[in-house]
Amino acid sequence: MLHIVACIKQVPDTKIIKMNPKTNTMDRSSAPAILNPYDAHAVEEAVRLKQRYGGVVSVVTMGPPPAVKAIRKCVEIGADEGYLITDRAFAGADTLATSYALTKAIEKISEIKPVDLVICGKMTIDGDTGQVGPGIARRLDIPPLTNVNKVVEVNQSEGYVIVHRKLEDGYEVIRSTLPCLFSVEKEINEVPYSPLPNMLRAARYQPVIWAVNDLGEIDRTLLGLKGSPTIVAKVWPPEKPKGGERLEGTAQEQVSRLMEILQEKQGLFRVKEEQV
Amino acid sequence: MNLEEYSGIWVFLEVKDGQIAPVSLELLGAGRQMADKRGVPLAGLLIGEGVASLAEMVFPYGADEVYLYDEEIFRDYRTESYMRAVLECVEKHKPEIILYGATSTGKDLASAVATDLQTGLTADTTMLDVNAETGLLEASRPAFGGNIMATILCKKHRPQMATVRPKVMKALPPDPNRTGQIIRETIELREEDIRTKVLEIVRETKEKVRLDEADVIVAGGKGLGSREGFELIHRFAEKIGATVGASRDAVEAGWIDHQHQVGQTGVTVTPKVYFAIGISGAIQHIVGMQNAGLIIAINKDPEAPIFQSSHYGIVGDAFEIVPILMEAFQKMPDKEVQYGGKI
Ligand SMILES: Cc1cc2nc3c(=O)[nH]c(=O)nc-3n(C[C@H](O)[C@H](O)[C@H](O)COP(=O)(O)OP(=O)(O)OC[C@H]3O[C@@H](n4cnc5c(N)ncnc54)[C@H](O)[C@@H]3O)c2cc1C
Ligand SMILES: Nc1ncnc2c1ncn2[C@@H]1O[C@H](COP(=O)(O)O)[C@@H](O)[C@H]1O
Repeated sequence: MLHIVACIKQVPDTKIIKMNPKTNTMDRSSAPAILNPYDAHAVEEAVRLKQRYGGVVSVVTMGPPPAVKAIRKCVEIGADEGYLITDRAFAGADTLATSYALTKAIEKISEIKPVDLVICGKMTIDGDTGQVGPGIARRLDIPPLTNVNKVVEVNQSEGYVIVHRKLEDGYEVIRSTLPCLFSVEKEINEVPYSPLPNMLRAARYQPVIWAVNDLGEIDRTLLGLKGSPTIVAKVWPPEKPKGGERLEGTAQEQVSRLMEILQEKQGLFRVKEEQV
Repeated sequence: MNLEEYSGIWVFLEVKDGQIAPVSLELLGAGRQMADKRGVPLAGLLIGEGVASLAEMVFPYGADEVYLYDEEIFRDYRTESYMRAVLECVEKHKPEIILYGATSTGKDLASAVATDLQTGLTADTTMLDVNAETGLLEASRPAFGGNIMATILCKKHRPQMATVRPKVMKALPPDPNRTGQIIRETIELREEDIRTKVLEIVRETKEKVRLDEADVIVAGGKGLGSREGFELIHRFAEKIGATVGASRDAVEAGWIDHQHQVGQTGVTVTPKVYFAIGISGAIQHIVGMQNAGLIIAINKDPEAPIFQSSHYGIVGDAFEIVPILMEAFQKMPDKEVQYGGKI
């Protein structure tokens, strides 16, 4: 029986988010909070491994109370248990402080049932770093396996896994000891529509909620803003290049004008003859 | 932590296909400027097996020193073994800044190292600067899906670390007269101590798309309407010897493979000419191509934001404009010479 913990985060949908141009902060009300799309793949992979080998999938998240909704989404995908750690002391955490808090939570979950495998998403769409997964692995002192795009085998009795790690031009096959941590690529699986029983269970599901005091021995100076070595000194809107020339006239005229401009660059183009 | 003890700027030298990765040379260029501003040495950190000969090669690109770990245990990149080398070297020589390429290897290594050093790490940096007096690294990056830029500082911890996107910094033109010092390091590390093994490395036979090295890119977006519509992009690109790029929405629609994606979650490109066809010009796309020499947009919506980011714009239907363009190229004078030249 494998116990797999997937780390998930609720994020604002940055695709439709609006920024306040005066303060350069997000207008949170403009963007719905969603399960980080990359984390859906982490949960889906955990569920598939559970189906393959038998076991339990827990999800854990650090976030504000509404993050319960993201946990429910994971239950829809097939997670068995959900844990939300929420506390003002966590606010303002960078990746180092986030990995510390999540490690404490995973250790606590491990007391309930020992954890074999931790799965993270490739990255979050708001933090957008991919640093939290390896950070958790280092703190738990288990091997971090990033860019995983296929799980070949998880062998619990002999204590090893074999996975593919995506490279820029292919992949490598890695054998690692178990327990370990995966950060998974989006392409590792497709998240299907959730089966109805999961939806029904999710609608009523209440996750376990912990505050800092519930996490056992913990160094508060390593949490939240205080525990974050990085600070955001300045934010500004990305420079928008000012538009250039709009070509005028009929399609034919516009193209002719463009060709004149490109003549100067003609050394660049190698035109292929029509094959007749 | 006594910040004063930390001095010097390092670049992690990534080895790819037996060569120093281009991004590492770019970082030496950026690192050189910062080291001069600070009046400190610039060092490369080179880890691998049989890589000693590569160490010499980075001096012309600006490095003053190279710390070299050349041992069998480093034949393949593995987080745990490489991390041990970086950690030991940092402990011994105490740099104030370490830069890594934001590649899968660079990001993996930096994330692990930062956790052990309990220091700050800025991801996917696109702008770098350093304060000459305090040595404070100013690492700026797009945040919230590219909606804002943010400058990140790490005031109380050293070394300060950042991963930096390929293709945004510039390598120096190599100066063959520059030399430097190679510092050989050794490490006590046994194979049994490393919990991961690389069983096999598989290079995909599929020809790799070198978007980042292309001189001319023809990129298509959702505006092409369908997989069949996207064929127009392939035909145009093939005709003019360009590489095909795409927006994320075209990739997500399944019309083209992810490796063609330009933008924040795709490749950053710097071609001499970039055609954006049926692409709306979302900021996440723009950040990946805005440094192209000449950007030409073709879009049927005159209000499309892509026109704000291009040098020349044609308002019109791609299916009307592109065939006319292809014809015009066909008629381009002295094309014979060039075409012949290619063969
Ligand atoms: C975190 C995050 C990361 C992202 N990363 C990337 C990234 O790396 N790269 C990327 O590209 N996007 C990225 N995106 C997505 C980005 O926000 C946009 O959704 C995407 O770029 C839009 O693609 P598009 O321009 O092809 O499609 P659309 O926005 O749908 O635009 C299609 C355009 O085609 C035009 N058009 C339609 N028909 C025709 C025709 N017949 N002839 C000519 N023009 C026509 C339309 O006027 C329109 O302007 C990211 C988003 C997020 C949130
Ligand atoms: N607050 C959080 N709660 C739970 N998991 C998180 C949190 N932040 C990050 N993660 C995990 O770490 C991965 C990488 O996140 P990031 O480093 O923010 O890009 C995510 O895909 C999640 O799996």
